[in-house]
Amino acid sequence: MSSLWEYANPRKFMSTSTTLLPWVSAIAGLCLVVGLVWGFFFTPDDFRQGSTVKIIYLHVPAAIMAINAWLMMLVASLVWVIRRHHVSALAAKAAAPVGMIFTLIALYTGAVWGQPMWGSWWEWDPRLTSFLILFLFYLGYIALWEAVDNPDSAADLTSVLCLVGSVFAIISRYALLFWNQGLHQGASLSLDAEENVADVFWYPLLICIAGFGFLFLALVLYRTQTEIRARRVKALIAQERMT
Amino acid sequence: MMPDLGRYATEVLMAYGGSIALLIAIVAASIWKARRVKRRLEVVEARREEKRP
Repeated sequence: MSSLWEYANPRKFMSTSTTLLPWVSAIAGLCLVVGLVWGFFFTPDDFRQGSTVKIIYLHVPAAIMAINAWLMMLVASLVWVIRRHHVSALAAKAAAPVGMIFTLIALYTGAVWGQPMWGSWWEWDPRLTSFLILFLFYLGYIALWEAVDNPDSAADLTSVLCLVGSVFAIISRYALLFWNQGLHQGASLSLDAEENVADVFWYPLLICIAGFGFLFLALVLYRTQTEIRARRVKALIAQERMT
Repeated sequence: MMPDLGRYATEVLMAYGGSIALLIAIVAASIWKARRVKRRLEVVEARREEKRP
């Protein structure tokens, strides 16, 4: 069996990701279209929330992926810090704008849903606040990559920021359990069947979550390829200047 | 075909419209950057080949 560390080799990563990308992108597109069309057109209104329940198909997958994207960046950053594999640092860099967009979608759809349901676009609820802080961490992480010229120093500094931000990623996930207060409701999906939403909402929601997950994977593979090429451009230009 | 969204139609359509626009924006930005970098790499590699003795 081939080792996972083989993918630290940019050439190996490029060839494998080029093979995977069309499949992952197609699955992402299919899941998103099926899940969102099913959720929007073919699910009933909720007896309390009315048609705003349809926002769940965007809000929940985006929120789940916003947190998981940061955790993926954490793992990639730790690999960089411990083993100094450049591809992992570049994968973390590539994932950040995608995670930031997912966080923004979660915040936006939450606000649009909250206005008619809670009577407010925004509340300083523990989960909402920790999500806003996570969004600011994403912005800071992206800005730090752009601000530092030396790519190794940038990878070191952003890894530290990622480690600190992980506290908020975890708090965003478990804010309800930690504080047991605020307006935000409990989990829509759980291993405990009692907590789950009704089946009629659950199946399209699962497909949307898979769609967001595969979209994240496709974008990270694609953007990591771009970062690897950009790094090569930099290296070749530096070589030209020296000769 | 369009479902009856009742009194919350504006909110639901705003949520879908805004989110899909953001998803399209990140996909488009990724493709645009990838093409730009790929073109730049081709230029730099071609220049390197030319310089080779």
